[in-house]
Amino acid sequence: MKFSIYRFNPETDAAPYMQDFELSDDRLNEDMMLLDALLLLKAEDETLGFRRSCGEGVCGSDGMNINGRNGLACITPLLGLGSSVTINPMPGLPVVRDLIVDMEQFYKQYRGVRPYLINKDPEPEVEHLQSPAQRDRLDGLYECILCGCCTTSCPSFWWNPDKFLGPAALLQSWRFLADSRDQATDERLANLDGPFKLFRCHTIMNCVEICPKGLNPTRAIGNIKELMVKRSL
Amino acid sequence: MNIPRRQFDTLIIGAGGGGLRAALQLSQADAHVAVVSKVFPTRSHTVAAQGGVNAALANVRPDSWHWHMFDTVKGSDYLGDQDAIEYMCRAAPKAVYELEHFGVPFSRLDNGTIYQRQFGGQSMHFGGEQAARTCAAADRTGHAILHSLYQQNIRAKTHFFDEYFAIDLLHNAEGSILGALVLNIATGEKLVIEARTTLLATGGAGQIFRTNTNALINTGDGMAMALRAGIPLQDMEFFQFHPTGIAGKGMLLSEGARGEGGYLVNADGERFMERYAPHARDLASRDVVSRAIVTEVREGRGCGPNKDHVLLKLDHLDSALIRKRLPAIRDTVLTFAGVDLCDTPAPVFPTAHYTMGGIPTNRFGEVVAPIEHGPEERIPGLYAAGECACVSVHGSNRLGGNSLLDIIVFGRAAGNQIIEYLGENRYHQTLDDDCLEPALQRLARWEQPGEGESVDGLRRELTQTMEDHCGVFRTAEVLNEGVDKMLGLQQRMVDVRLRDHSQVFNTARIEALELENLMDVAVATMLSAQQREESRGAHSRIDFPERDDVNWLRHSLYHKASNSVDYKPVRTKPLTVDSFPPKPRSY
Ligand SMILES: Cc1cc2nc3c(=O)[nH]c(=O)nc-3n(C[C@H](O)[C@H](O)[C@H](O)COP(=O)(O)OP(=O)(O)OC[C@H]3O[C@@H](n4cnc5c(N)ncnc54)[C@H](O)[C@@H]3O)c2cc1C
Ligand code: SF4
Ligand code: SF4
Ligand code: FES
Repeated sequence: MKFSIYRFNPETDAAPYMQDFELSDDRLNEDMMLLDALLLLKAEDETLGFRRSCGEGVCGSDGMNINGRNGLACITPLLGLGSSVTINPMPGLPVVRDLIVDMEQFYKQYRGVRPYLINKDPEPEVEHLQSPAQRDRLDGLYECILCGCCTTSCPSFWWNPDKFLGPAALLQSWRFLADSRDQATDERLANLDGPFKLFRCHTIMNCVEICPKGLNPTRAIGNIKELMVKRSL
Repeated sequence: MNIPRRQFDTLIIGAGGGGLRAALQLSQADAHVAVVSKVFPTRSHTVAAQGGVNAALANVRPDSWHWHMFDTVKGSDYLGDQDAIEYMCRAAPKAVYELEHFGVPFSRLDNGTIYQRQFGGQSMHFGGEQAARTCAAADRTGHAILHSLYQQNIRAKTHFFDEYFAIDLLHNAEGSILGALVLNIATGEKLVIEARTTLLATGGAGQIFRTNTNALINTGDGMAMALRAGIPLQDMEFFQFHPTGIAGKGMLLSEGARGEGGYLVNADGERFMERYAPHARDLASRDVVSRAIVTEVREGRGCGPNKDHVLLKLDHLDSALIRKRLPAIRDTVLTFAGVDLCDTPAPVFPTAHYTMGGIPTNRFGEVVAPIEHGPEERIPGLYAAGECACVSVHGSNRLGGNSLLDIIVFGRAAGNQIIEYLGENRYHQTLDDDCLEPALQRLARWEQPGEGESVDGLRRELTQTMEDHCGVFRTAEVLNEGVDKMLGLQQRMVDVRLRDHSQVFNTARIEALELENLMDVAVATMLSAQQREESRGAHSRIDFPERDDVNWLRHSLYHKASNSVDYKPVRTKPLTVDSFPPKPRSY
């Protein structure tokens, strides 16, 4: 199997380039993931840079652009990739080295939505009560692993990385708006007001199509917009 | 020396649940805290915890912290320290309610309280009927806890050094710990973080075994840092093999799967746990279930073409329940074993999972070691919490759901103890440049040019050796050979060379530093296992099949300088209640 991988080390390379690698079929088997192949390649050429940790799609470290599509290497089966695969860093963020991008802009957006529960009541002795139906509203929201696959495939983010908050951050914004225990709805909505932070989303749906955890940021964004309209009436 | 320095009240190394819980306690008390993590905080391994966290909330069935304590002492095979266990089980309900207040999206019962499921080794009335003590957010409890703790730390304005790698602790001649030398992974620049107090919260060392459930970053760095600072590691022979990793691959399928009604079968379709643990069956303690599976396979009743695994069956359960309570596990099995748990059982085999041993601490998170006057003297300025520490609440076998509890209870306790220490020790001690020398040398060593052995090659041999010689069942012969092999590998470390000497995000250099840590921790584990001539909890010696309370009811302490093991007594006296004396352990 052939691999064409984006390489760039700012210390030594004037410009990025694509490097070809190959793994013979006898070293591969049908249940390998792309991350397994990258680890084999790294064992041979230790200069190849990429992030990885859990190896099972829960930590969000290894988002990359695989044959033109963002995904997590550790849960992308080699089998579905054909005989050659092209791997690039996630688009729209500065490259630090090889497949490693600088995620700071992405994290800043996340912090920008105040991603924490705000409850102003005196703390109860026990848990806040929440009905199963209220809790069900958080499903499909809290599971986000902050991999960045969605935001870095969103055209609105590419065009306005510093103004539009992007799908991942907005999904988290809705995660707290949707939580029956949170009491900062007004502040949260006020914080999203204006033409850019939220309203740059043009429902292009790349994010939904790409999310490796099957989450739906577009729906969350729609829900926030709807809530804004309701509140302003 | 022109290495930049930064000063903080407290340096926390590790941003998993343990580190973040401590950081929150400190930030909320207005201490100036730095959290260093080699990965972005939410990528820490706590994120992978599935099943839940134990606390006697009694939301589903009657419960009490005292029953929880009994189960934990029994689960530990009586090696756990009963003062620490009492403290943890008493503190558990409050610690879990706090998590809920921080925003953790726990699953809920119809009355709106936190959902609790059954886990292995849990009982009501000191060994009676099965309890339901594990508080869960579906099967993503670790994710839910880690993200909520990170979020609250953002709110509390904790200072993070993300993607910084801690090289070594810094100490003065008197042995006070004064911070650490760290490496900015993105730039390759060194930084000295000076701190009046340092907390190690670097997690476990599952990567010493070839097949494991752990993240690739779980390389025992903090444990090795402690060893190099002259602190021994406690009870390292006790490594937990989780009964249900996906066979041959290692991804974990939480005990929650059996807690929700799943069970194990062998090639004959027999529910074999009924023979090994007539009462608790599939929810017996982990060591018991793992031994049963290995025994089934050894005796020829394994499943599959190679008869090398057993099956975890859930297809008799309502698929709606599986989707609601075990969605992530179903996904994992679909992705890595290619089957849907709703209609097909999954192939499983015991897999290296959890480091019971670690850096010795007391129940306040203070690191303690034999220096001059007795086995438990405090190391000034140094604390440890979480999987890298050994309090010891898990003794020789950890109960499922007790580790997430350990990290939040002792993360918090360490935070409080540090606040007290900071109040009494207002000034930084001077840190001379000389104190940096050993840590700098450790880094400089990897700049040597030339061809030598590769990091990857030696790591593979290390993990294979541990798997072959330090597995579920052990004998003197296998262990002696294992010790020889490990010492041989350790000697070959000097010949290992890096090919990549670049500065910017050099992951090869990080892996080399991690290999050194793995090596120290693996040697500690193998040697401690060789020395202990009894079977207790996760340490099963075929040549010494019985537990021996007369000679071996004691903690081991492995010292790096002398490459030897000595011992200290178990704290069998709880804080307020009567001690649970050792009894034969059956489930
Ligand atoms: C798959 C799986 C499922 C589990 N499920 C459960 C469960 O359901 N219930 C339960 O109670 N327990 C469970 N456990 C166990 C539990 O999750 C862990 O023991 C616990 O999360 C460890 O937390 P920690 O804070 O000690 O360390 P970790 O979460 O591992 O964090 C370690 C931190 O240290 C940092 N670090 C390490 N070395 C360095 C260095 N050199 N420099 C800088 N930073 C460093 C890392 O970046 C990370 O931030 C599970 C474990 C696994 C593997
Ligand atoms: S739906 Fe909105 S957020 Fe998602 S990709 Fe399109 S523009 Fe971006
Ligand atoms: S929404 Fe999905 S794609 Fe986006 S960061 Fe979260 S997990 Fe990744
Ligand atoms: S390595 Fe954790 S998500 Fe891929």
